[in-house]
Amino acid sequence: MITRRTVWQGSVAMLGGAALGSGFLTRAFAADTITLPFENGERPLVNYPQKRAMIGLTSRPPQLETPFSVFNENVITPNDAFFVRYHLADIPYDLDPATFSLEIKGKVDKPKKLSLADIKKMPSTELVAVNQCSGNSRGFLMPRVAGGQLANGAMGNARWKGVTLKSVLEAAGVQAGAKQVVFAGMDGPISDKTPDFAKALDIDHARDGEVMLAYAMNGADLPFLNGFPLRLVVPGYYGTYWVKHLNEITVVDNVFDGFWMKSAYRIPDTEDNSVPPGTAPKATIPINKFTVRSFITNVVDGAKVKANADTMLKGIAFDSGSGIKDVSVSTDGGQTWSATKLGKDLGKYSFREWQTAVKLSTGDHELKVRATSNEGKTQPLQPLWNPAGYLRNVVETVRVTAA
Amino acid sequence: MNRSTFAIAACLSATLLVGAISLAHAKPVNYQLPDETAELKPGEHLDVVQGNCTACHSPDYIKTQPQGPSFKKSFWQAEVTKMIKVYGAPIEDADVAKIVDYLSTNY
Repeated sequence: MITRRTVWQGSVAMLGGAALGSGFLTRAFAADTITLPFENGERPLVNYPQKRAMIGLTSRPPQLETPFSVFNENVITPNDAFFVRYHLADIPYDLDPATFSLEIKGKVDKPKKLSLADIKKMPSTELVAVNQCSGNSRGFLMPRVAGGQLANGAMGNARWKGVTLKSVLEAAGVQAGAKQVVFAGMDGPISDKTPDFAKALDIDHARDGEVMLAYAMNGADLPFLNGFPLRLVVPGYYGTYWVKHLNEITVVDNVFDGFWMKSAYRIPDTEDNSVPPGTAPKATIPINKFTVRSFITNVVDGAKVKANADTMLKGIAFDSGSGIKDVSVSTDGGQTWSATKLGKDLGKYSFREWQTAVKLSTGDHELKVRATSNEGKTQPLQPLWNPAGYLRNVVETVRVTAA
Repeated sequence: MNRSTFAIAACLSATLLVGAISLAHAKPVNYQLPDETAELKPGEHLDVVQGNCTACHSPDYIKTQPQGPSFKKSFWQAEVTKMIKVYGAPIEDADVAKIVDYLSTNY
């Protein structure tokens, strides 16, 4: 059993930036600095309005990572701890929700401009769903690659409330021949030579009744840095599609070829979307659905636990929306596995909690956790690699000492 | 009601209406970012780097990248080229080598 003191030490260490699954001890320095467990991982702990102390990746545009200990506190990630990722620094810090409007245009019969009040008058829908940055965990890649050097905290699970994109598109009347729907937000580039951020979904995906225009998160307005007053929610898809400060929806009759679809956010067009480490893919496709992942959240790498007694392990798992069928743990480095008890089902796009008790003999142990989805996908024991550092879902390992 | 009285009444009700709307909605956000604290290391051509890079992004974009022998000249050359070709950074040819030198010497 983990003693209260061990748990307390663990949570301090995790506040100190432990991203579980590394082979390194996480060191906590001064209260305002933490070190993520990879080379050049020192980060400031920063305080932003509407946010608790977060791991500061960059300040302009702001990018904030969630301290991993948050995932052990609640299956729902609080708004003030939810990660933040922007690409471009011209952000509408002065936006006025009273004059905000969402335009629906392009290949539609009735182009529309909807105020926030108009949108809130429509029938609402709610969904618990994970949002995860495409580059979550990029800092663990070997060999390392350029980009945002994140540990495992660029993900979160929230209850989103809004209207379905389907209902908005139906009201505008999508014309025959529509192929994709393009989404743009109020944030933009500093230089007009930089491609503005816009993403596209296929028309059938856009009309699936699940893709949502969300104005609330966990029962409150969206925090400003999470896309206030309206953002796209694309359940099961990486965060790059979840356009923030959403104010423009354009139905098009071609495949949108903007930079952020055609050149950026691409993954290898291979069976497992990976290539041998350090090599370039021959062909690529746009990033799309989450890979299946699981984490131990209550025991930090390097923790000491009591030998020959029950050690409680708990954590979270998620996939792209088939739901979690099984989470198993191994205490012998992956040779044998035993099933854990799954927690309450909050929906197929949500984090799924799990827990189990293990008995560890005196000595060092590698604890591993592996989830399997309802569609039969699972996590690799060795990490897969792609040049942009996306899709990471290796079986995570936590090293502990039992005494 | 004569025309000017009507105009005043219309103005008044418009004012009341605007007041009611602003009460019904949240105020403009006016989100305040904390001050930037990350600074570039002192070194030759720092001025060129500051003049070219930090208009669009803060220096922590540079200092958080992977470091070590594999992340020197060719890595930074590729990054600077990406900034020019992909993101349209208006960097003069003469400055490119200075920026790459500064970055590979200091990071």
